Order: sequence, then structure tokens, then C-alpha cells
Amino acid sequence: MEAFTAHTGRAVPLRRSNVDTDQIIPAHWLKKVTRDGFEDGLFEAWRKDGDFVLNRPERKGASVLVAGPDFGTGSSREHAVWALQNFGFKTVISSRFADIFRGNSLKNGLLTVVLDQQVVDRLWELTEADPTAEVTVDLEKRQVLSDGITADFELDENARWRLLNGLDDISLTLQNEADIATYEAARPSHKPRTIDA
Amino acid sequence: MGRTLAEKVWDDHVVRRADGEPDLLFIDLHLLHEVTSPQAFDGLRQAGRPVRRLDLTIATEDHNTPTLDIDKPIADPVSRAQLETLRKNCAEFGVRLHPLGDVEQGVVHVVGPQLGLTQPGTTVVCGDSHTSTHGAFGALAFGIGTSQVEHVLATQTLPLARPRTMAITVEGELPDSVTAKDLILAIIARIGTGGGQGYILEYRGSAIEKLSMEARMTICNMSIEAGARAGMIAPDETTFAYLRGRDHAPEGEEWDAAVEYWRTLRTDEDAVFDAEVVIDGTALAPFVTWGTNPGQGAPLSAAVPDPASYEDASERHAAEKALEYMGLTAGQPLREINVDTVFVGSCTNGRIEDLRNVASIMGGRKVADGVRMLVVPGSVRVALQAVEEGLDKVFTAAGAEWRHAGCSMCLGMNPDQLAPGERSASTSNRNFEGRQGKGGRTHLVSPQVAAATAVLGHLASPADLSDARTPAGV
Repeated sequence: MEAFTAHTGRAVPLRRSNVDTDQIIPAHWLKKVTRDGFEDGLFEAWRKDGDFVLNRPERKGASVLVAGPDFGTGSSREHAVWALQNFGFKTVISSRFADIFRGNSLKNGLLTVVLDQQVVDRLWELTEADPTAEVTVDLEKRQVLSDGITADFELDENARWRLLNGLDDISLTLQNEADIATYEAARPSHKPRTIDA
Repeated sequence: MGRTLAEKVWDDHVVRRADGEPDLLFIDLHLLHEVTSPQAFDGLRQAGRPVRRLDLTIATEDHNTPTLDIDKPIADPVSRAQLETLRKNCAEFGVRLHPLGDVEQGVVHVVGPQLGLTQPGTTVVCGDSHTSTHGAFGALAFGIGTSQVEHVLATQTLPLARPRTMAITVEGELPDSVTAKDLILAIIARIGTGGGQGYILEYRGSAIEKLSMEARMTICNMSIEAGARAGMIAPDETTFAYLRGRDHAPEGEEWDAAVEYWRTLRTDEDAVFDAEVVIDGTALAPFVTWGTNPGQGAPLSAAVPDPASYEDASERHAAEKALEYMGLTAGQPLREINVDTVFVGSCTNGRIEDLRNVASIMGGRKVADGVRMLVVPGSVRVALQAVEEGLDKVFTAAGAEWRHAGCSMCLGMNPDQLAPGERSASTSNRNFEGRQGKGGRTHLVSPQVAAATAVLGHLASPADLSDARTPAGV
């Protein structure tokens, strides 16, 4: 995973709540067996509308998505995170994320930042009025900065440490292989097995 | 202080606990399907890692599989390639697989319980958000992303922050017309699509205790639509009776030891939930959705709400958008909404009890002119049982299509889709924009409402059918 320390970029204000993962990447895209090539599927249905914010020429190259509450609800598809990253987003800001989406994003280095809806409203107003306005998300300082806006955000220390260092979860877990083996040895024999081991 | 059911199961699976770190949890059962696993197997290959516990892993094919002509090559080359990728990966790594055509194939959340693999007090994960279904057995079961699928394949564990707990207590007796689906839709409308976020739900109370295992699975299945990764119901005699004798249920002394443990899996009387919601079961009625998220629902007897009635600006905006997408107007009675398609199936309502309920209403009746009805069993075993009971004949005599097992029109990854503008009454779990096909409009309903709707051509409950039965033999 690529490390995330800080990112500065222009924003896409997405004034919609309950953006589910079926909107982020429709199911027919999930037939692909790779982690890349999902950029054209991102918000596919909404992008058919030429006025949709992502289609506006002034948003080209923007890398910070500022979304409404309950972003990423629904399906567990990690393809939603890959699609956002493939398109060029480095971070998503919302007042509330669905749990599975949030977990998936942090495992892929897409920083999901939770801010109060009042701050999200101000970011929407600012970046709608001035599409060239830049937004900085600083993970070291746990701060979002933009013209006249300074907002602290929280992220648990363990997740932050893994993101800052771009650490691979599996390698970290396997450092505790002995604990896993100890646990396995003590499991009750009535637990189900799919095959005779 | 006492512990909740969720806390007991959690504590029993902690491999490692350290300050400032998420708990490392052991996973008892890992279910795989073709959509969320290919990139995980790729990761294993690149790192040169094996699957740690093949005996706790099982795969089937469900999301992409066609429900017609399953003996012919799959027409869509991309779907075919994804299924072939799963077969190749399972063969290479040694994972037990039930592919299309196998008698144990089906929707992954129907297959696990019917094999007896889903057991009380286990941890169950799958790269699918409806893994919450398995919580009906008192298992801690939740959906995971592909990175976590790879993590479980490699380590049989997951690092996880401990969620909070929420009790959803349903007291009183449910009226006869009210099903588990109506109950869960009403719960989601009450707490909202984000209401369960960060929580493990425990459904409890006298109304829950009376439910069958199938009904409990319907409830737990849709926990994720309230934002909760997991929902649980304490195991009891109903649970044990369902499990006894199944392929992977323990036997003899192992059974006795298991039941002794399972009986401890109840929330202690002095345990404290972080949040509690109480629902009066006696006040419920058949419930359907009118909008584009599962929280946008109302009793069938109600009308489409007026967006202006919402105080919250974002909810008001969401309701406006939903009515526009759904082609509905405020104040329109829900019963007057005509449908083009009725879909019966999915991990929410594709089990044998669901099909029996639909057949009991369809018997001697006909699907309304101009309405297409698909009945898709949740698994091959469910299909075989339905055929043995003659349910398939009831469906086809009524003019419905009897299909092969799979996820089908729940998410339209296979050819079973709505056309743009088409409207469905669906026993599935999500009414998101385009979920059942681009431009398709979905109303989530119970199997009973689906059946009555198919007969009358508009959203309806069985009570609306009193005069509609075609005399036998006609």
C-alpha cells in the first residue's frame, strides 16, 4: 500500500447523501478480475448527465471528493475504492461513512476523512464558488485546510500509523503467527470444518 | 458486569489483544464467491502465501451465474472468465468449491446454513455485505472487502476494532399478516440506513424468539441496510433443531459439547447495550419501500410521502431525488403503484419457507397480464426441495418463470435485469438506483406481498386477494 502523509488538490463537491456502492461502481463492472481499469465505471449512471459535477471541465484533475453523509453504504465491494483511486481521487471527505467502505478505503490508502456536516457545507460552498480552490488533507497533523477553513479530524492511531507508513496488514499479522497457532491448538473440536484436514 | 451475546462471541475469538491495536480475531468460517475473491488470490500468489486453513474455507458461484440454460456455456465472456478464474484459483490453492451445476451450489448465504457450517458462536466472514445473514444462528458474521478476504485466506484472522452493541427488542405478537421482511423493513425505516453504523445489532424479545430460522435469517440479512455490519439472534431450541443432522453439524458427544456451549450464548441479564431500540410488534403491518434506499419505506396502506414533510434538509433532498428516479408523486397511495416485474429470491428471501409462502398464495391464481414473475431458488438444494413439494408446478401453472439458483435479479450481474423505467416488486434487499438494471425501479417487499402483487399487478398484500382466486381447474 502506498503511504499517505498529506495531499493537496482541487475538490469535487458531491451534494448527495447515501451514495451507495452501486452508484460508485455498478455491479456489471465487478466482473473484472483486476484492481485497475475501473475509472470509467465510477458513478457511471450519473456521468451520463453532462451537467453532473464530475463531468464539468473545471473539475478535471480534481483529487479530493467532498461528499454528503452516509457515503459508501451497501455492498462490500472494494471495487468502489479502486474506482475512486483509478479515477484519481486520493481522499474522500464526508460527515459519515459506511463501515465496510471505510475499512476498505483505509486498507488501500484512500484516506476517508470524517468532518462535521457544517464543515462539509463550508467546503461545498467554497469549492462550488471557486473550482480552483485547493483543499489540503494532512494526515500527520490530522487537519483539513482550505481557504479560511481549518478543521481537525480524528482517525485511530493504529490506522493512522499504518497509512503514514504504507504498511501491509498481512505482514503485520504474520508477525504474531505464534499467537494464531496457540489459538488454533486450543479450539474446540466441535467447531465446523469444510473438509477433513 | 455481564456481557452481551456479541461480546461473548467476540471474546472467544480474540487471538491477540494489545493496547492501541485492534483485536486480532480468529475466523471460524470463510465463504468465498467469484466476485470479491480474484484480486485476493492474486495477492496471495504475488506474495507466495498459501491458504492457511483450507478446512475452514469454502467457495461457491452465485453472483454471475445464469438462471437459464445452465448446461450451456455462459454467454457473457466476462462473467465466464470470472467464474473460470474462481475455478482456477480454487484448484490451484486447494479450496473446496461448489460450481454451477453442483448440487451444493447456490447463493453463498443460503449454502452455509443448509450445510450446517454456520453454527452458533462461530465467526463467519465473506466478501459480501449480506454475510450478516449468518448472525441468525448466534454467529458473529459480517461482510469484508477483498483486502480482508486476502488477509483471512493468509492468516485465518482479521484485525478489528470492537464495535458497540445495540439491542433491537421486538415485543408482543406480530399480526398474522406481518412477516420477518416487514419487520426488518420497518426497523430500517425507524433507525435509518446509518442508524446501526458502528454497532453489532442483537434482535431480541418475544416476537423474535417465535420466528423460524428462515425468518431470522431474513432479519439478520438486512442488518447491513441499517448500516450495521452484523446482526445476531441468540441461539435456542429452534436453532438446535434446524442444525441437528445437517452435513457439517457435530454428532454424538461433539453435538452434546457444542449444545452445552451454545446454551451459554445469551446476553447476560445484567449486560448493558450501548444503545437500545424497542419496537412494538403488535403495531406492525405489511411494509414496502417507495424510495431508493432501504430506509425509505412505509406501510403498504400508506401513501408516497411528501418530501416537504422532512425537516432534515439532506433527507428532504434525498426524498425528492428518490421520487424523481422512481417516477412517483407525493400522496400517491402505495397500493396503486403498478409493477412490471415480480422477483422472488435472493439471500434475503430465497429459502424454502419463502417459496412455500409464495406458493400458498399463487396456488389456483394467475400472474396478472403484462406482469413478469421470476422465482429464483436460493440454492440447488432449495430448488430440489421445492420440486419435491410440487411448488415449481404451482409457480409455472400461475404463469411465473421457475429458474435455476443464484443471486439473479437481486443485483443483475447475470442476464436477469430490469429494463430502463421498468418497475419491480422484489423480495431482495436493495432498492438502490439501477441495482436491478440500469434505470430499473425497485420496491422491496415480503414474499407474501410479492405474490399478491404478481396476481393483482399493483403493490398488494394477500388480504387484498379475497375475491381474486381463480376456481380450481380453470
